[in-house]
Amino acid sequence: MTAYLLRRTAFLVVSLLLAAAVLFLLLRLLPGDPANSLLSVGATPDQIEAARHQIGTDRPLPEQFVSWLGQLATFDLGESFVSTLPVGPEIATRLVVTVPLTLLSFVLAVVVAVPVGFVAAHKANTWYGSILSGVSQLGIAVPVFWVGMLLITVFSLSLRVLPAGGFPQDDWADPAKALTSLTLPVITVALVMSASLIRYVRSATLDVLGSDYLRTSRALGSSFARAMWRHGLRNAVVPVISILGIELASTFLGAVVVESVFALPGLGGMLVKGLAQHDYPVIQGILFVSTLVVLVIGFVADLVQRLIDPRLRHSLARDAR
Amino acid sequence: MSVEQAVVGAPEEDGAKTTPRHVSRSVTLTIGCVLVGVIVIVAVVSLFWVPFAPEDTSGRRLMPPGLPHLLGTDKLGRDLLTQLMIGARIALAAGAGSVVLGGVIGIAAGLAAGFATRWLDDVVSALLDILIAFPTLLLAMLVAATQAASLTSAIVAIGLAMSAIVARLTRVLVKRVLAQDFITASRTSGTSWPRVVIEHVLPNIWPTLSVNLALQFGLAVLAEASLSYLGLGAPPPNASWGRMLQEAQASVFIAPVGVIAPGVLIVVLVIGVNLIADGFRDVADPTRRRRR
Repeated sequence: MTAYLLRRTAFLVVSLLLAAAVLFLLLRLLPGDPANSLLSVGATPDQIEAARHQIGTDRPLPEQFVSWLGQLATFDLGESFVSTLPVGPEIATRLVVTVPLTLLSFVLAVVVAVPVGFVAAHKANTWYGSILSGVSQLGIAVPVFWVGMLLITVFSLSLRVLPAGGFPQDDWADPAKALTSLTLPVITVALVMSASLIRYVRSATLDVLGSDYLRTSRALGSSFARAMWRHGLRNAVVPVISILGIELASTFLGAVVVESVFALPGLGGMLVKGLAQHDYPVIQGILFVSTLVVLVIGFVADLVQRLIDPRLRHSLARDAR
Repeated sequence: MSVEQAVVGAPEEDGAKTTPRHVSRSVTLTIGCVLVGVIVIVAVVSLFWVPFAPEDTSGRRLMPPGLPHLLGTDKLGRDLLTQLMIGARIALAAGAGSVVLGGVIGIAAGLAAGFATRWLDDVVSALLDILIAFPTLLLAMLVAATQAASLTSAIVAIGLAMSAIVARLTRVLVKRVLAQDFITASRTSGTSWPRVVIEHVLPNIWPTLSVNLALQFGLAVLAEASLSYLGLGAPPPNASWGRMLQEAQASVFIAPVGVIAPGVLIVVLVIGVNLIADGFRDVADPTRRRRR
C-alpha cells in the first residue's frame, strides 16, 4: 500500500507539472496577443512593446514557463493583466460560490441517483423500471444550461418563488439567503448529473443481480435483502466509487457553465470574463486550479477504491491507475 | 469480463427472453434512426432551401408562430424556422467534425500505444490520463477563446479533447485483442503487423469503438451548444442552437418558441444518437447484452 501511495503521489505531481506545461504552451501557441488586452485600439508599436515588457511576454518562452512554475510553487498565481489584482485571492473568493454549488449538487445527485438506479435495475422488467431508465436517458441528452433556463422560467418568472440569479453581496453572512440563491442552480446541476449517475448505478446493480455469488447466497437460504447487503453492495459500490470521482469532477465543470445562466459570481463567471479579455494570468490560474481539483479528486477516488476493494490491493495494481 | 464467462453466461441469460429482447433492441435502433434522420433531413434541406434568408431581418420582432413566419421571429426579426434549420446543419457539423477529428487522432494514438513497448506505453497512457483529467469543456473554451471563436475552433477544441478519451479506449481494446491466440497464430503463419492490424485488430475493436464514438457524437453536440451559449461558438449570422437559446433567454414570455424549440432539437438529436449507440451495441457486441 505504501509503495502504491508513493507511486500514485508521484503520478499526481508529474501530472500537475505536465498539465501546467500543456496549459502554458497552449495559451502561448494559440493566436492572440495578451498585450492587446492592456491597450486601447490603435496603440503604437512602441506602446505594444512596452505592454509586452510590462507583462513579461517579451521574454523567451522557457524563461516565462520557469518563472510561472516558480510562482506556482509558492501558491502565487500572478496578477490580472486587466485589473492588476492578484489572481489567487480572487479565485479564492470565487470558490466561496463554486465549491458549495458543486458539493451540494453532487450530494443531491448521489442521494437521488443511488436509490433510483437501484430500483431501475431491480425492477428492470417492469413498466416503472423502464420509465426510470427512459427518464435518465432523457437526462443525459439535455444541455445543462437549458435546464437552468427552464427552471428559471417556471420557478422565478412564473411562480416567483426563487431568485432567477445573483448571489448576496456579503456571501455567506446570511446563510439562508445564500442558500436560496443557490437552490435553483443546485437543482439544475444535480438533475443533469444524477441522470448519468443513475445509469452507472443501474449498470453496476444489474451486474451484481446477475452474478453467480448472489444466486449462490440466495440458494443457501439468505433473503434477498441479506444477500444484497452482505455480497451485492460491496461489489456494486466499487465501480460506482470510481465513477463518483469522475462525476464530482464533471459536476464542478457543470457548475462553471451553470454559473453563467444564473449570473453567479463564481469561478465560471470569472473564467468567461477572463477569456473575453485575453487575461492570461486569470485563465491560466483558473484552469490550473480546476485541473488540480480534478486530479486530486481522481487521486482520492483511487485510494478509496483500493481501501474498499481488497482485490485491487493485490494483483491488479497496475490497472488500478 | 473474460470471453469464457460471456459465452457460458449467454444461453442461461437469454433463453426464452431472446425474442422480446431482440424486438426491443431493434425498436431502440429504429427510434434512434428516425430521430437522427429527421434532423439530418432538415439539415440537408437547409442547404438548398430555407423559408427566409438567414440575415433577413425584415420581419417584425418576436412575432408569434403564424404566416408567413411559421414559428415566429427572434428579437431581430429573423425567421425562427430558418435559424433552426441552419442550426441543425451546425449541430451535425459539430458532432461529425469532432468525432472524425477525435476518432482519427485517438485511434491512431491508441493503436500506437497498444503496440508500443512497455516503457513507451506507460508514458503515453500517463499522458492520456492527464489529458483526460484536463476538463474537456475548459480546454474547448481555451481554444475557442484564444482564436476568434468560430465553428471550426469549437470543433478543433472538442475533437482534441475527445481524442484522448478515444485513444485510451483504443489502447485497452488493442491490448486485449493482441493477447488473443489468433493473433499469435496469424503472426506465426507469416502475416505482417500492418495486415494483422487491418484484418484482425480493427475489425475486433470496431464494434465497441463505434458505439463509443456515437456516444461521443452526442457529447460533442452538447459541448458545442454550451460553447455557443457562452458566446464561444459559431458567430452570427450562423444560427447555432446554443446561441439561439442564449439570445432568446430574455424574451421567454413574449416568444416562448425561441426558448423551447432549439432545446428540444438538441435533446432529440442527442437522444437519437444515444439510442442508435445503445441499439448498435447489442447488435454488434453480444457479450454486452446481459448488462443492459
